[in-house]
Amino acid sequence: MTVHAAPQGDRLYAAHCAACHGETGSGGVGVPLSLPSFLDGIDDEFLRITIRQGRPGRVMPAFKSLSDAQVNAIIRHLRSWSDKPAPTYTRTTIQGDVEQGRQLYATHCAECHGENGDGGKGTGVAFSRKRAHDIVPPALNNRAFLAAASDEMIRRTLQQGRQGTPMQSFIKLGLSGQQINDLVSYVRSFELQQATPKVPHDGHVEAAISMESAYSLEETVENLKDAIISQNFIIIREDTLEHGLVREGEDDPSEKILHFCNFKFLYDALEVDPRIGMFLPCRVTVTEIDGKVTVTTINPVYLGRLFNNDELHEYCVEMKALYTTILEDATL
Amino acid sequence: MKQRLGGLFLLLAAWQLPVIAMAEDLIMTRSVLAFPEAMLALQESIAAHGYTVSRVQRIDVGLTGMGYETDKYRVVFAGKIEEIRQFTDKAPQLTPFLPPKIAIFAEGGQTVLVTINPQQYGEIAGDAIDPAIFDRWESDLRSIFHDVNSAR
Ligand code: HEC
Ligand code: HEC
Repeated sequence: MTVHAAPQGDRLYAAHCAACHGETGSGGVGVPLSLPSFLDGIDDEFLRITIRQGRPGRVMPAFKSLSDAQVNAIIRHLRSWSDKPAPTYTRTTIQGDVEQGRQLYATHCAECHGENGDGGKGTGVAFSRKRAHDIVPPALNNRAFLAAASDEMIRRTLQQGRQGTPMQSFIKLGLSGQQINDLVSYVRSFELQQATPKVPHDGHVEAAISMESAYSLEETVENLKDAIISQNFIIIREDTLEHGLVREGEDDPSEKILHFCNFKFLYDALEVDPRIGMFLPCRVTVTEIDGKVTVTTINPVYLGRLFNNDELHEYCVEMKALYTTILEDATL
Repeated sequence: MKQRLGGLFLLLAAWQLPVIAMAEDLIMTRSVLAFPEAMLALQESIAAHGYTVSRVQRIDVGLTGMGYETDKYRVVFAGKIEEIRQFTDKAPQLTPFLPPKIAIFAEGGQTVLVTINPQQYGEIAGDAIDPAIFDRWESDLRSIFHDVNSAR
């Protein structure tokens, strides 16, 4: 019976990874995984730690509940995309000059990987839209990346580059062996100044923002329209919560919804995370229960926590402030 | 007979398992079909599972109308009226999340789907709602995503 057989890497990959990295590893919301220039440059330990720890704040989730056997099966599946055996690296420290490395980094790397190693903007592979880099430059100051990568792996990546991606060979670009070592030491030094995670995972965050209105349902809806427009949104629709779920005219009129959008904001946010359809369209729900009128929106910061995306979190904080202003303006 | 059915169930469960990310805050899947076919498969499966699509929000149409270039991007709202009514009555903090939605967008020639794991709604609702409902929503959603993933 298949139930007791060894875990099947192809199926596990299909279940847990393919939605983001593509069925054949060609990339999507995630970066490409099937390029030989990637697979031939990383050891199994790099993959193991990356799967287990993810990349906090950089979309890639941590897969904590997979068994060791399942993680190994996924690694074997990834390895099936290259003819070459996995390289082996020791975990010895490469001795370079951090100060020299810092200067080289500012000249050669910061433009893509960010001044402090925060990584490029956006996710995985750019599809329909123009972007500075087709493939997102990963965050190098990420604690899980630094845990997964050995100094030797980083050196090899700088020496060979990743053919088929914007990451070039810095030997070919004319850097010396010593300069590469200096860069490795500088990247390693990010461990001392790692970005603290931005997304609040501990502590209580309210799921919704809710306020009581001093006005009638109709007045509140009109107030909301004014407030929404004054915050640079466009009203796209007014209907009821039950609209479309029941026959025309049978929907509960005491649960109204205003849908609105700021298309510039939306366009920018879609670049940060294509999954933000979960926030769309912006809306306020107005309900009247026993004469009490309440206005409610989702709390974008609450929803944003599900995305493991620090960049998106900043947009959520901004949205939360806008929603709060709109609700206050309409109810006070 | 009972045993054979049990075996069949295990097989089915093992077969269903592999296409959809498990134990995630968001549930995602990919279809190798182009957007229009994937959208059709999604709406058919939603209906086959007994849910009503209340609206399809055409995000892409809105964006292009305002002069922003984008590939196909829609948000599909679906639910069952009795359940939605029960939720808005007993757990009003859930109201702004209802009806539940699925985002569906083109990625090259393929299509990606994403939704909130219904267990998240369970956390928002707290004790107000029987958690069995969210378990069923989750299993229905996974089954719907499985249908879209395997549609050819
Ligand atoms: C929600 C989307 C998503 C899922 C699901 C996902 N990943 Fe990722 N993954 C990413 C993103 C985005 C990155 C790039 C992170 C960065 O920019 O720092 C990444 C990075 C990686 C890397 C590092 C690549 C490199 O160049 O160093 C590996 C390895 C990886 N993922 C493997 C997996 C495996 C295996 C699975 C399934 C068990 C998986 N991922 C599931 C989005 C995802
Ligand atoms: C033109 C943009 C660009 C420049 C310049 C660049 N990189 Fe990269 N780098 C990338 C991209 C894109 C990737 C991811 C490639 C992939 O998907 O496999 C990458 C990958 C890496 C990785 C592997 C990260 C991982 O998660 O596996 C390291 C380490 C790295 N770069 C270091 C550097 C350093 C150090 C420099 C400067 C000497 C540099 N890069 C310059 C774009 C760039």
